Amino acid sequence: MKKGLYLIAVMLLLAGLYRGEEQMVLKKAVTICLECIGIG
Amino acid sequence: MASRKIIQSFSAFVCNIYLPGFANGHIYQGGIKALCLPGLNCYSCPGAIGACPVGALQSALSGTVLRFPFYVMGTFLAFGLLFGRLICGWLCPFGLVQEMLFGLPTRKMQKSHFTARLCSLKYLLGIGLVVLAPVLLYAAQGIGEPAFCEYFCPAGTLEAAVPLLSMNDDLWAAAGWLTVWKFFILSVFLVIMVFVYRPFCRFACPLGAWYGLFNRQAALGIAVDEQRCTHCGQCAAVCRMDVRIAGDPECISCGACRPICPEHAVYFRKLWYGKNMAEVNKN
Repeated sequence: MKKGLYLIAVMLLLAGLYRGEEQMVLKKAVTICLECIGIG
Repeated sequence: MASRKIIQSFSAFVCNIYLPGFANGHIYQGGIKALCLPGLNCYSCPGAIGACPVGALQSALSGTVLRFPFYVMGTFLAFGLLFGRLICGWLCPFGLVQEMLFGLPTRKMQKSHFTARLCSLKYLLGIGLVVLAPVLLYAAQGIGEPAFCEYFCPAGTLEAAVPLLSMNDDLWAAAGWLTVWKFFILSVFLVIMVFVYRPFCRFACPLGAWYGLFNRQAALGIAVDEQRCTHCGQCAAVCRMDVRIAGDPECISCGACRPICPEHAVYFRKLWYGKNMAEVNKN
């Protein structure tokens, strides 16, 4: 069960990296998100 | 535990080590920010060098395109499996803020059945504001919103809105009713933090709710040797969180209960030890 969950975590990460999702996280994280911090 | 305070402070410093940001009111824009930090640390904080996992999840579920966030969910799962709520007790910068305020010398509110019931709130907030709200808003209006960050998260207000507003006149022009609301939420929590131990962590943090699900399976953290445990309840009695027994989903693995246990049944699960860590503790 535990090993299976580790495997799922790795597969999710790899799938995300394959789709370039880390770049989407980066794009959001390097810009001040006004709505995220409640300015508006 | 003095060592825990040192590690908490070190973690908060490292997570927000981009010090120029605090001087010029800009945020760090290096590539390392594609990585999620383990604790609740707003990525719009001027010093933050990583992404907030809750913010990243909210962001992935918001916007004009809705798709399953593989990368963020993999990160969530990996952190949960490795650390569980050890992250809350040892690494989360907002947890440190709460403990510092609770350290102010005032009368404190003790935990009770009421606070234990209130712990369920963080699961509702996690499901409702972090996941369902962005998805339902997407379904209704074609664009999702990061509802938890936008309308509730006091960590974002404290770590990002406060320093950025204090250094950036242009942002003041954009401030409105939402800013007033967010500062109201922050103020309420800051006051409660003085009297109640880790109120955001216990009652409202979706990240803690998620990590708590992995507390019993996590590679690191507090565990109980069931063969030694007599269920005397002394670990729960000494704990400031609303645990029923050490290592349960409310446990942040601070270790305060470990020296209290008369049967030496409470131990730190470590990667390089097997299940017999209780033996090691006793000897």
